[in-house]
Amino acid sequence: MFKDHLKKISSTAIAMIIFSLVASAALSSFYFITKSPIDESDEKAKRIFLNQIIPADLYDNNLVKDTISVEPTPLLGNKRNIDIYRAKKNNQVIAVIIETVAPDGYSGEIKTLVGIDQEEKILGVRVITHKETPGLGDYIEIDKSQWIKNFDLKSLDKISEKKWAVKKDGGDFDYISGATITPRAIIKSTYKCLLYAKENKKRLFTS
Amino acid sequence: MSEIKKIALDGFWKQNPGVVQLLGLCPTLAVTTSMINGLSLGIATAIVMAVSNASVSPIRKFIPTEIRVPVFILIIASLVTIIDFSIHAFIQPLYKALGIFIPLIVTNCIVLARVESFAAKNETTSSFFDGLFMGLGLAMVLTLLGGFRELFGKGTLLSGIDLILGPSASNIVIHFFGDYHGFLLAILPPGAFIGLACLIALKNRIETR
Repeated sequence: MFKDHLKKISSTAIAMIIFSLVASAALSSFYFITKSPIDESDEKAKRIFLNQIIPADLYDNNLVKDTISVEPTPLLGNKRNIDIYRAKKNNQVIAVIIETVAPDGYSGEIKTLVGIDQEEKILGVRVITHKETPGLGDYIEIDKSQWIKNFDLKSLDKISEKKWAVKKDGGDFDYISGATITPRAIIKSTYKCLLYAKENKKRLFTS
Repeated sequence: MSEIKKIALDGFWKQNPGVVQLLGLCPTLAVTTSMINGLSLGIATAIVMAVSNASVSPIRKFIPTEIRVPVFILIIASLVTIIDFSIHAFIQPLYKALGIFIPLIVTNCIVLARVESFAAKNETTSSFFDGLFMGLGLAMVLTLLGGFRELFGKGTLLSGIDLILGPSASNIVIHFFGDYHGFLLAILPPGAFIGLACLIALKNRIETR
């Protein structure tokens, strides 16, 4: 009796192990087959964003490779080291692109790239990843609306601290009613990013 | 042939997963904020269902009954991950549009339901078609519901098609009202429930005629 049970249990267990092994083998081989195309397509997506922020004819270095690593900073909201991309022309840094995290989106973090030039003006902002409500808070994406271009050419000198807010809060920025938490988060993180660039100007712009 | 026809009729109408079996409501309600979103997730689900049915059916005699559910889940999860990798690697724009929804196909009960109730008992060919037509039936419901919510919520149809077909396709998008401020309820989750209820009512109405 006991022997029969044991036989049954072990054959079931062996079947489960075999199925798991086959599935793991299939998964790992697909992981290796698709790994480099996935990296490539991520890199391509990033490069498209970088080129939207700084036109490719303004710099002559390899933007994706020319980076400095920055440790976690409250102003940027990053929890791990992040890369800051530097656009150079004739070995002079003309602009930097900083990855920032807005922790207080409607549903979680919003990651953006902020391009800042030597005069501390914003060249452009693009959202890389977010989890905002589709069809509602996703107008921050360049594919969905032009809203994110509101930041172009803004700077700390031109707009006082109070005006870095949506119009509802007495600021300078448009928003879509029903979705104000999302733009608030991005405006705040972009403002802090400009503060960071101002404080660390030497480090960022010395080639 | 007539068997496949019967399977197709079941999938699209009699046993439609979206409005009759009411399985797979999680993506039905979450993703259908626009017609294109609904259609793309529907097609991805149909592919997963066809492939998982077709791969469970030939090995159904080797799966011990006691552990069939974990084995089915294992197979479905592996297939979804493989599809997720492939879309990420080769169709980046679609990946951007569907993003987090592809892994969610695993949690869609309709996939497991068809494997358990059909593929585990039937031949490979008919299992494949069962998965395909059930998936396409669901895709049809998702597209209709997405279209309905997009029309009322944003006043457009087919928005986001440029993410799949490239920027030149953006002029296919249909704008119905010049200056439409949007009807928030249709975009938010309640709109999904109300829209689905309307679709079910419509189907029942046609059937009782």
